[in-house]
Amino acid sequence: MTDGVEEYEAVVVGCGPGGAAAAATLARNGVETLVLERGVDAGSKNVSGGLIYAEESAPYTIDGLFPDFREEATERPVTENVIHNIAGDKVKSFDIGDLHHHDTAWADAVLRRKMDSWLAQQVHERTRETGGGLLTEVHVTGLLRERGEIVGVTTEELDPIRADLVVAADGVNSELARDAGLMDWEEPEEWFQGVKAVVDMEPEVINDRFDVAPDDGAAHLFSGDLFDGVRGGGFLYTNESSLSIGTVFHLDSIAEERAEPHELLDSLLTHPLMAQWLGDEYDEREYSAKLVPDSKKAAHPSPHEDRLVLVGDAAGQMQAQGPIIKGMNHAVTAGALAGEAFADARARGDTSQAGELYEKKLHDEGVMDKLRPTGYKVFGRLGEVGPVDDLSNAIAESAVGRFGVRAAAGLLERAYSSPRLVSMIPDTKLPYVTLPTVIAEELGEPVTDENTVSPPDLGDRIGGLTYDVGDPHIELLDKSFEASGTAVTACPVSAEDFGGGCYRDETVQTNGSQERLVSLDTQPCVECGTCAIVADTEWEHPAGGKGVEFNQG
Amino acid sequence: MHTVVMTKGVPDFREGQVSFDEEGHLERGKTPTVMNPNDKHALRAAFQTKVRNGGHVSLMSMGPPGYKEVLQEGMRDVYADDLYLLSDREMGAADTWATAMTVATGLQNLDDRPDLVFAGFKTADGETGHTGPQTCWCLDWPMITHVLSLDIDEDAGTVRAKRLVDGDISEIETVEAPMPCFIVADPEFEPTYRKASHRLKHKDLREETQERAEEYEDHVTVWDHEDLNLDPDYIGLDGSPTIVSGVDPIPKAPSEREATMIEAGESEALEPVLDELTPYAAGD
Repeated sequence: MTDGVEEYEAVVVGCGPGGAAAAATLARNGVETLVLERGVDAGSKNVSGGLIYAEESAPYTIDGLFPDFREEATERPVTENVIHNIAGDKVKSFDIGDLHHHDTAWADAVLRRKMDSWLAQQVHERTRETGGGLLTEVHVTGLLRERGEIVGVTTEELDPIRADLVVAADGVNSELARDAGLMDWEEPEEWFQGVKAVVDMEPEVINDRFDVAPDDGAAHLFSGDLFDGVRGGGFLYTNESSLSIGTVFHLDSIAEERAEPHELLDSLLTHPLMAQWLGDEYDEREYSAKLVPDSKKAAHPSPHEDRLVLVGDAAGQMQAQGPIIKGMNHAVTAGALAGEAFADARARGDTSQAGELYEKKLHDEGVMDKLRPTGYKVFGRLGEVGPVDDLSNAIAESAVGRFGVRAAAGLLERAYSSPRLVSMIPDTKLPYVTLPTVIAEELGEPVTDENTVSPPDLGDRIGGLTYDVGDPHIELLDKSFEASGTAVTACPVSAEDFGGGCYRDETVQTNGSQERLVSLDTQPCVECGTCAIVADTEWEHPAGGKGVEFNQG
Repeated sequence: MHTVVMTKGVPDFREGQVSFDEEGHLERGKTPTVMNPNDKHALRAAFQTKVRNGGHVSLMSMGPPGYKEVLQEGMRDVYADDLYLLSDREMGAADTWATAMTVATGLQNLDDRPDLVFAGFKTADGETGHTGPQTCWCLDWPMITHVLSLDIDEDAGTVRAKRLVDGDISEIETVEAPMPCFIVADPEFEPTYRKASHRLKHKDLREETQERAEEYEDHVTVWDHEDLNLDPDYIGLDGSPTIVSGVDPIPKAPSEREATMIEAGESEALEPVLDELTPYAAGD
């Protein structure tokens, strides 16, 4: 320690899978590592759809780094994979097991509170041996700089801390990545937004309804016309004694259509297809939401600056291409590579090379290729060009297209299972809405089951969440409806004509004229970050241990 | 650094635990004994010292042999290196004066002279708030009461504290005293841990102390009046100048009061409420 400032060799910010992998790798290399997590418990701030993969081609996997991981921290493995194309009550299901198994050593459903808190315990034990350790309820607010160079972190709860390496694994709304100017909240096109319900269900009932053995599980995906034309889809994964059911949409589409995310989730929950799995009793344990970076556009090609490296969502390392949704595995690989890069640099006697080495490893190990596939750059982007998009939609919906779909049913199923083709999928209506709808209309059978589920309303969903409210952490800079009105609909815990949410719009009388304004109450905020993109806000995380606390995640 | 925390066993006054007879007298036999709730603040202050400044922490209490469990309860809140119980029939029924004499002698009997002694605000049974200051008077040390936060400068041998002036939250002063010093922690005391290393140590000690508390008996030393070389005439009931002339129970508030029920849905029904409230709003 010099001049009273605390110093560690490495500071890892955030203890999700990326931070845990980085910390474990650093600790294994004898690097004195301090891990700072802002939740009351690791995982209490974290949400994911719920599948974690171990890829055969990846240099690091989570169970490689934490050997008891699958036994202790996951739910059920995925042994069955189906995508359902939906048009009204007509459904055509494709088995996409081949796509799922491609390069997959295993894939398990997870709930993040359980998973991350288990990881944190392992991380604390390992890093404690290096002289560091893990602390919860510490909100890292930004970067500590000396003479313009990043040398550590500043926090709300502790005095500034210097470090030779700062790993920003602080998630999709990384304050460190934004402080460094490496990431922003500007373009809705670069993001997805997901909402999820964790639904209580006895293990035997799951085995029975999904026709799986007690140690097996299912993953179902949904697309078509059930989401009012909003680009995206739904998912259902089986946990040990619950289901994770959610929807994920392109944020620009949610914003344009002024869609209410919780209503889109309800569209899935109440579809007749779901009746066979949900039965008559619906008990929602938790409602949650998360912003998801689209790595094709947002993955930073050079995610480092001075002593700072970004891993996982903080670096946009979340791969979502059609039915492939992989985030946590890439965060694990990136975290471990960042740790490895620092250890290599230290062995060479120059830790300032760590960032460059990390970038090189991301490229050499093929991580960047998965995050930003060449096929998408060449073909996918082309499909997003306006006239091409219009033409494709028109052809698919025309008699010619429909004939093609009927003629090529088998081929289509194979196409859905082709990792190469899937990587080229453009972010347009065609693959998410038009094509699945046409497939279902032409090839599907009507579902006759009656779905009796009535999901809780938004007020009940918010009421079911746990908050420890601190000071407001969001400031609405422009209250006009034009600038910030989209927040009312796009925010997963707000809605038009709903007063109990985070955002609401109101008409104010001023000197005889009427003005439509947006007002903000941060109380039920789930910290997803959507409003930072679609509205004009000053956004930061709440203090350590404050804000929303997810029990499932 | 050697830190001592004074603690006391008191009847558990929580609803459902405490038992009174028909005349409103406390039934000691039927009411469990717990650590004085205000001692938690002293323990938090002592734990901060253990984490930030290290050293040795002792817990001390005076009472019957069963008070060992009170010491165990205290041990769960602070990392205690050892526990002392001053226990002897001769010490029984002591008032605050005789208690202070006994406890001060106990403190002087420790091999290693304490640098800081912490006491919690008043006890839940007597509520006098005298024992701490009287003990300090016996020792002839400086004393800081109503302490909110604490910083120790070991090199200078001083302690600096923020405290409430007259126990009033509206006025806070910072004072400094040489050690050894007696500290009375206010219920508003907040430990501060601004260093990651302190928080990590806090975490380590918290885990360890739970295990140690299970085997608390290994750490207890019991001293009677002979161990402390105390004359029985000056301790216990014989050494207590206080005479309790009588105890009157505080009458309970009447449980039934006059009430008018109003249907909140009808706006006209709310008018009488408005009429009732208006004088208050006007400041009458």
